[in-house]
Amino acid sequence: MADCNETLKELDRFLDNELASEAISDLSSHLEGCVDCQQTFEFHAELRNIVKLSAKQEPMPNSLITRIQECFGTDLQEDLDNS
Amino acid sequence: MADKNQFTTEAMQYAQSLYSTALRMTRNASDAEDLVQETYLKAFRSFASFEEGTNLKAWLFRILTNTFINTYRSKQRRPQESDLGSVEDLFLYKRLPTLAGLSDSAEEQLLDLFPAAEVRAAIENLPETFLLPMLLNDVEGFSYKEVADILEVPIGTVMSRLHRGRKTMQEALYDYASKRHLISEKD
Repeated sequence: MADCNETLKELDRFLDNELASEAISDLSSHLEGCVDCQQTFEFHAELRNIVKLSAKQEPMPNSLITRIQECFGTDLQEDLDNS
Repeated sequence: MADKNQFTTEAMQYAQSLYSTALRMTRNASDAEDLVQETYLKAFRSFASFEEGTNLKAWLFRILTNTFINTYRSKQRRPQESDLGSVEDLFLYKRLPTLAGLSDSAEEQLLDLFPAAEVRAAIENLPETFLLPMLLNDVEGFSYKEVADILEVPIGTVMSRLHRGRKTMQEALYDYASKRHLISEKD
């Protein structure tokens, strides 16, 4: 079973879902018995949540949707001209 | 080649994600709109080269990232990676006991300590080498491999930039919280 140092070393990869299942179960069994590591992991998981939510808060303006649709219209016209 | 109408429908569903990412890259709404529009324009133009069944979201983000780097980067003033000192691991977590009244992993208290506007500022002020992988991985959920493909760097580089970027961001968050006097000066 992984010790605290080995567990903390894999914090990024664990929270990023980049570990193989064997490594995940190894870390998980350490986390189950280690409150310190558990709290560290929970804090970083929560911090990531906050980063993700904060970065994605502003809704896209409707004017942008119109502008994108205009791009597509223009291109379709070229296709029609070419055919 | 994919069906064009289907391609458009599928491509449109990533507009909000592309816009959020563009906002963090350009730091203003007007440039972000231009950047996203340009991304779609390029996507529609090179639609023929998109292989059906491959990762459309990653393909769009690659166009967005390249367009940002080629067109908007020069307007940005961000610190360079080389300007930064090194930040210790678990920087913020180790300072948690000094954060006023924070109990274990209390989500609402974390949200109070790190308001969205400050988190956004901390992200946006990262050096570009940290900003791009963090937007792609932490915010958009691309895997290390996908980020490596989008940015055309090795996976090991992605990992080390994510690690250092996150620590740098934590230091900035700590500084903001300190300035709001939420943190007692202990040293």
